[in-house]
Amino acid sequence: MITAKLLSRFGLSASALIVALLAIAILFPLANLALPPENPLHVPSHLLPLLGKYLCYAMLALALDLVWGYCGILSLGHGAFFALGGYAMGMYLMRQIGPRGVYADPILPDFMVFLNWQELPWFWYGFDQFWFACLMVLLVPGALAFVFGWFAFRSRVTGVYLSIITQALTYALLLAFFRNDMGFGGNNGLTDFKEILGFSLQADSTRAALFAASAIMLALTFALCRAITLSKLGKVMQALTNAENRVRFIGYRVEHVKLFAFTLSAMIAGIAGALYVPQVGIINPGEFAPANSIEVVIWTAVGGRGTLLGPIFGALLVNGGKSYFTAAFPEVWLFALGALFIAVTLFLPKGIVGLVTQLQERFAARKAAAKRQKQTAPPAKPALNPEAAE
Amino acid sequence: MSTMQENQPLLYLDGVSVSFDGFKAINNLSLVVDHGEMRAIIGPNGAGKTTMMDIITGKTRPDTGEVFFEGEKDLTQLDETQIANLGIGRKFQKPTVFEGHSVYDNLVLALKGDRGVFATLFSRFSAKDRERIEEILATIRLQSRAQTLAADLSHGQKQWLEIGMLLAQDPKLLLVDEPVAGMTDAETEETAKLLRRIAKTRSVVVVEHDMGFIRDLGVKVTCLAEGSVLAEGSLDHVSADERVILSYLGR
Ligand SMILES: Nc1ncnc2c1ncn2[C@@H]1O[C@H](COP(=O)(O)OP(=O)(O)OP(=O)(O)O)[C@@H](O)[C@H]1O
Ligand SMILES: [Mg+2]
Repeated sequence: MITAKLLSRFGLSASALIVALLAIAILFPLANLALPPENPLHVPSHLLPLLGKYLCYAMLALALDLVWGYCGILSLGHGAFFALGGYAMGMYLMRQIGPRGVYADPILPDFMVFLNWQELPWFWYGFDQFWFACLMVLLVPGALAFVFGWFAFRSRVTGVYLSIITQALTYALLLAFFRNDMGFGGNNGLTDFKEILGFSLQADSTRAALFAASAIMLALTFALCRAITLSKLGKVMQALTNAENRVRFIGYRVEHVKLFAFTLSAMIAGIAGALYVPQVGIINPGEFAPANSIEVVIWTAVGGRGTLLGPIFGALLVNGGKSYFTAAFPEVWLFALGALFIAVTLFLPKGIVGLVTQLQERFAARKAAAKRQKQTAPPAKPALNPEAAE
Repeated sequence: MSTMQENQPLLYLDGVSVSFDGFKAINNLSLVVDHGEMRAIIGPNGAGKTTMMDIITGKTRPDTGEVFFEGEKDLTQLDETQIANLGIGRKFQKPTVFEGHSVYDNLVLALKGDRGVFATLFSRFSAKDRERIEEILATIRLQSRAQTLAADLSHGQKQWLEIGMLLAQDPKLLLVDEPVAGMTDAETEETAKLLRRIAKTRSVVVVEHDMGFIRDLGVKVTCLAEGSVLAEGSLDHVSADERVILSYLGR
């Protein structure tokens, strides 16, 4: 019954993805924890955090697709929202260390003791509470996106100019977070985490739980994005990519629609970052690097922008490829990535998902043409090409 | 208050001027459109017809002059969205529809209703909405193409879809910029009929170069040239005007 409801609401492929994500959220951890290592279905312990990381990247690409694929806003700074969510979680994990740090200060994280700070800065207050950190994971990226978007969309900054200022945004944050006196660990960032909610981050069970949380969160955010894009508001968003002026002259507030999508997207990126940090064990200013944000665009384009499914596959595929290539042929990875992006832009404007849909349609058209031919009398001329018949 | 409003014209432009880099596109233009009136605007290329619509719909701010809607609503102080929500709909010179959406969805988006972000997100499509859209589809003769992507429509069909979207919006005033450009004679005739029908319940301002079409409309005509009104009256009166012949018809 639930599946029927899911199907009618989200469609076949989206429902399949949701079910698949929920299934791996249960099965992978189970295969890791319950099966003995000699079992061929056993998932090795080092693999779960790696796959969990990919799922976080997929969530980031999903977030980007909501603004780029559906509203035509090419953000080249989405890595910033991801990193901010990551830092919020990292601050919680730092405070969880408590007196177990190298300097054994009960309150101050090691790097603050090292810098001779006497007191915890005010913006670190509250991060000893998990719920507070979770709130900040949503609020900090959300608020930044809201303020940034409010100014940008109201002054009708679009296209390349908008992309450039989003890139500048993440670059500015990169520089700021590098500074020691910002209070976020400077160059080294936040690391040496011990526990989350009292569970050791080294334990297989914790890692399995984090993996499951990533898969479930990806399923939830995907369902949310899907529901939004299927709604009337989603249609307004897509209309923006066709004729922004028409949307405005029909009476919709274009800047409000964009602001909604941009802020929500930043929050999803923040969640992705927050799940990423405990699985990789570190967050540093490198996450703000402009190149990171550009990579997200590549994943999204490869998978298929404006499809929601595509960016998820794109992120998994490209990152899987990256892990393989950087181990096997480290020199060629960047070239391969660049070539992939160029090839996709030139030949697959809707990415891999677009290609699959196209093939499906062609197949259906061919089938229909064959059927038509069967119904009519035996053709006098050789069989018609289905495209030409259209 | 309401009586005052009824005595006021629907649209009132007075002494409006706007210049682009020193070039006066609109020069001391005055125009009054009454409730339920249909008005045709003619004039040579570059006369400022489209610019006048830009000013009424908030796309361009006039340098000087007054623009009032329903007596007291100062349009120079509002933006495009606010003006659209006051009840002014506009068809662009170049047909502008949502090419990525079906004909049906184009109308759904235009359908009158709360335009807020959250209201739109949670909006439900009612039986009444469906009825209204079926009605509009019949009016613009696109029933059989309801599920077609707007991008796949012919030029004339796009023009009609755009007019249909205006109808869905249910405005008090329709501004229609060159609706029959690129249409066959039969389509042009149909469009004239359609606009006349629309004008029974609301005010319409039509810009067009096609004199046959203007004659079909059979309404008061205003001729613009170099940003101001050259002549105004019946088509026969206007086309007999010497200056109109000189600057527009004679060429
Ligand atoms: N945004 C703008 N910037 C600069 N010049 C403009 C702008 N908009 C219009 N103009 C100029 O103002 C003049 C009037 O243009 P407008 O488009 O209003 O003419 P029109 O009467 O609609 O002509 P047509 O019949 O060709 O559509 C033209 O010379 C045009 O080049
Ligand atoms: Mg014009």
